[in-house]
Order: sequence, then structure tokens, then C-alpha cells
Amino acid sequence: MAATRPDIDVSRVAALARLELTPEETALFTRQLSEILAYAEAVQQIDTTGVPPTAHAGAGEPIWRDDVVVPSLDRAVVLKEAPEASLSAGLFKVPKVL
Amino acid sequence: MPHSSAHSARALRDAIANGQLTAEAACQAALDRIAARDPELHAFHTVFAERALERARALDRSTGPRGPLHGVPIALKDNITVAGTVTTAGSKMLATYRPPYDATVVERLEAAGAIVIGKTICDEFSMGSSTENCAFGPSRNPWNPERAPGGSSGGSAVAVAAGMTPLALGSDTGGSIRQPAAFCGVVGLKPTYGRVSRYGLIAYASSLDQIGPFATTVRDAALCLDVISGPDPKDSTAAAVEPPKFEAALTGDIAGLRVGVPRGWLREGVDTEVMARFEESLATLERLGAVVSEIELPHSRVAVPVYYLVATAEASANLARFDGVRYGYRAPDSRDLGEMYDRTRDQGFGPEVKRRIMLGTYVLSAGYYDAYYVKAQQVRTLIRRDFDEAFADVDVVATPTTPTAAFPLGALRDDPLKMYLADTFTVSAPLAGLPAISVPCGWTDDRLPVGLQLTGRAWDEATILRVADAFERTRH
Repeated sequence: MAATRPDIDVSRVAALARLELTPEETALFTRQLSEILAYAEAVQQIDTTGVPPTAHAGAGEPIWRDDVVVPSLDRAVVLKEAPEASLSAGLFKVPKVL
Repeated sequence: MPHSSAHSARALRDAIANGQLTAEAACQAALDRIAARDPELHAFHTVFAERALERARALDRSTGPRGPLHGVPIALKDNITVAGTVTTAGSKMLATYRPPYDATVVERLEAAGAIVIGKTICDEFSMGSSTENCAFGPSRNPWNPERAPGGSSGGSAVAVAAGMTPLALGSDTGGSIRQPAAFCGVVGLKPTYGRVSRYGLIAYASSLDQIGPFATTVRDAALCLDVISGPDPKDSTAAAVEPPKFEAALTGDIAGLRVGVPRGWLREGVDTEVMARFEESLATLERLGAVVSEIELPHSRVAVPVYYLVATAEASANLARFDGVRYGYRAPDSRDLGEMYDRTRDQGFGPEVKRRIMLGTYVLSAGYYDAYYVKAQQVRTLIRRDFDEAFADVDVVATPTTPTAAFPLGALRDDPLKMYLADTFTVSAPLAGLPAISVPCGWTDDRLPVGLQLTGRAWDEATILRVADAFERTRH
């Protein structure tokens, strides 16, 4: 079951997922993700020629509602949950972007 | 003893309606039971004693019409939002998060007179089968505190099994209601995808997640589903079908009902005692007049890897929202925005969540998308088709809920792949969007509960509830 797949570049995947992993986590995930993907090889072996993918098990028609303006959450209440915010300006705050 | 069925939600509601008990006394009794049992079992992350008692007193004073859950205490998995109260989803990322809105199920429960008494321990963002992945866990199995209660909605199963509350809600993505229900010896129902609004449910895998009840009786589960189901303008995946009255479906009569058993799938490996209880359950169903036959669900043998490819892909997208900007944890002292994102997510998420985000990101990444993600979605179609074909010949599909009874806490912690196999029989129903119920069906020699799983056609919770109820009546 524990065949290894040498092509998983865990550091690259972590960068895509915006996770800063420790060297220990990188080593652990390299091994564990390989094991899990080797286990998933069973899926690869099934013939799916001409089979459409199922993205959603919902039973049919999309559901629409009328486009009516209703009150949404109060800005001050929402900003109260932010790690840092300017209540007076009504904005979220983040560290410098560049 | 974990629970007494004298405390069913119906019995409690009727006692309050008859004036034998006030809602306040019922609420206080639940709080007392929590105070007595929870230090050992740790079902709850937060208990709202004051809020609950205040609501109970308001119900006692009210003279208006009474809802179907008037005065009944209920526990909620801690991934369902209650406005102004801490909702963590089992994660350090949301340790102090107070959502500014109620989930639709909370509005419906409270409109029906139920009293939300607290929030229960769950695996972080519902990723786990034992509650050991909870930043504040684990819970312990009331039948043997050294054993896992199951997961991810483990705390809700424990609350009901230990008689702390007669009802609880959980959410089920790959078995997170049915597996802990089986491990703790209570009833757990995953409704059809789209039956219950997901508004206010913290998302794990949006094409699979569904809220459902835990109860000590099938009738209570039906009663609770009656309250929480139905269309919701706030969730476009909550189907526009008016639900039937589920409680009315429990006639006790299953004569002529056709039960299919996927023998080929069961040969994948089921513990001998679990298999013995399962065979006895089939014999009971036959005695009640059901006709049991063998069916094939060939693609369900790979349902676990299909599930872990589909669910982790969806999770990697859903959990992108936890970036330290709008709510939740933010890593301190970052030099710039990018570093803040990366460090917030590394510090805020636990190991299993990171593992699943990594797997999901990988299977969605360029070069692997078709080979893993699209392929898994195609096999998902084949899993659905197998059920469609089976349901041409049978009315319900029966399997054990889990391959083993509750495993010891710590036993699978360092082996995620083995932990995933605890979901062997529960992942197919959500992949196919179908309703499924776990109902207690006996014991192992070590006095651990065993669950019988019944899966039904889409939108036909009524039939699986009817069968589970008829089965349950033979056991009391």
C-alpha cells in the first residue's frame, strides 16, 4: 500500500495552498500524501470512457429567488470579528501588501 | 448507564404540554446532567446555561401556540452558527469567533420551541472520525471512555448517548453523523442532499455536507427532521421540494419491503462480531415481512479514495477563506500580507486539516486535475448509477454502518489512511446524494454498540425511517 510517488513536490503544493510548513511537516506530508495517493490508484484503474463527471449530487434544477434588496449584516457588527479593523473608516486592516 | 429512553424528546415535550414539567425544569435537568457527566465525557465545548434558562422561562410564560419541540433541549455541533456565541468548528482558527447570524436550522429549531443548550466537540472543520482532530477535544465514548466516540460529530453523539440532551444536530460529509451514532449506540440520520439548509453550517465539502439529527429513538429523529427540513431562500442547494411529514411515515409496517444487501462490498473486511449483529438484523427484518436479496454496488469498493479526492479538493477551496483578514485567527508580527496569510494558516490549522488542504490542492493543480479530480468525479457518477440500478429492485440498501465497533482513542491517530477506512460504508451515500440512517442493532462482547445502516432513494427518508422504526420496536 505504501508505494511512493516521487513526483509530489510538497513545498510547491504548500505554496499554492498558502501554508508555511515546518521542515517536519514537509517530511511527514511527503510520506503521507504519497501513501494516500498510492491508495487512490484503485480509482485510476476504473474504465470511465464516456462517463460524465458528477460535481454535485443535488437533485436537479437550480433554485432561484427573486432579486429583492433586503438588509444585510451591519458593517460594525461584521468588523467586530476582524482581527484588525478601522471601525471609523469601516475597513479591514492588513499588513503592507508590497 | 448512558441513557434512559424515558427522556425522549417526545416524552419530554408531552410532559411539558401536560403540565407535569416546566420547560425551565427540563432545561435545568439537562444542565445538571451535563454538569455530572461532561467532566468525564467532554461532549460540550460551550454550554449556554443562562441563555438556555432564559429561553425556557420565556417559553413557560408564553401563551401562544406550542411548537413541536416546545421546551426540548438540543445540542448543536460546533460548526453550526448561533448568533453572538462562540462557534469554533473545532479549530484554533475560530477559537474566539462569534458569528453575527443564526444558521437556518437554529431559527427553525427555536421557532419550534427547542432550546439550544450548547455546542459540541467535533473534529476540526469536520475532518476526522474520532474527535481527536479537535483543537479542544477529544470527546469520550460513554460506553467505554477509553474508546473513541466516532467523528466528526462525536460530541453530539455523546451528548445524546449519555442522556445530556434528547436531541442533537451534527453534520455529515462522509459519515460524520452515522459513524458516531453507531459508535455511541444512538440513532443518526443524514438526509438527502438538499433536504436541509446549509446556511450557517461552516463548510467542509459543499457538494456533500448535510445537517441531520441524533436522537435516542427513530421517532425523535423524524420529529427533528420535520422541524429543520425544507426550502430556504438563503441556500440555493436547499431543494424547492416541500418535505412530507416524516413522523407520520412510521407505521411499523414493512411487510413486502425489499432490502438489498451488497455482499461483494461487505467482503472488503467487516469485524466478525459486527457482521454477526448485521446478519441477525437482516433476520429480524425478514421476520417483520421484509424480503432480503443480494445486490451489487461494484464501484462502492473505491468510494473511500473517491471521497478523499473529491472532499479534499472542495475543502482546499472552501478553507481558502481563512486568511486572517475578515474574522478568526491572525498570526502576529508579519512583515507583509503574503507572510501574514502563510503564517496565519500554518498556525491556525491543525495537522489533519493541513493534510487535506494539501491533498486537495495537489489534486486540483495543473497536470493532476484530470488524473485525480475529474477521474474521481467520473467514478462518483458510476457509484450513483450503481445505486440507481439497485433501487430498481429494492427499496432500501442495508449494510453495517462501520466495519468495526468503537476503536480505542489514540489507536489510529498516527495513521490517517487507516482512519479513513473507518468511513468504508458511509461515504457512498453522500457521494450519491442519498439519505441514510444508522440505528443501533446490538452489542459486541465488550459491550460496545453496533449500528445498522439503511440507505434510501433520494428524497425518500420516509422509507428508511419507517424501516428503522419498525426494527427499533423489536428491540425495546
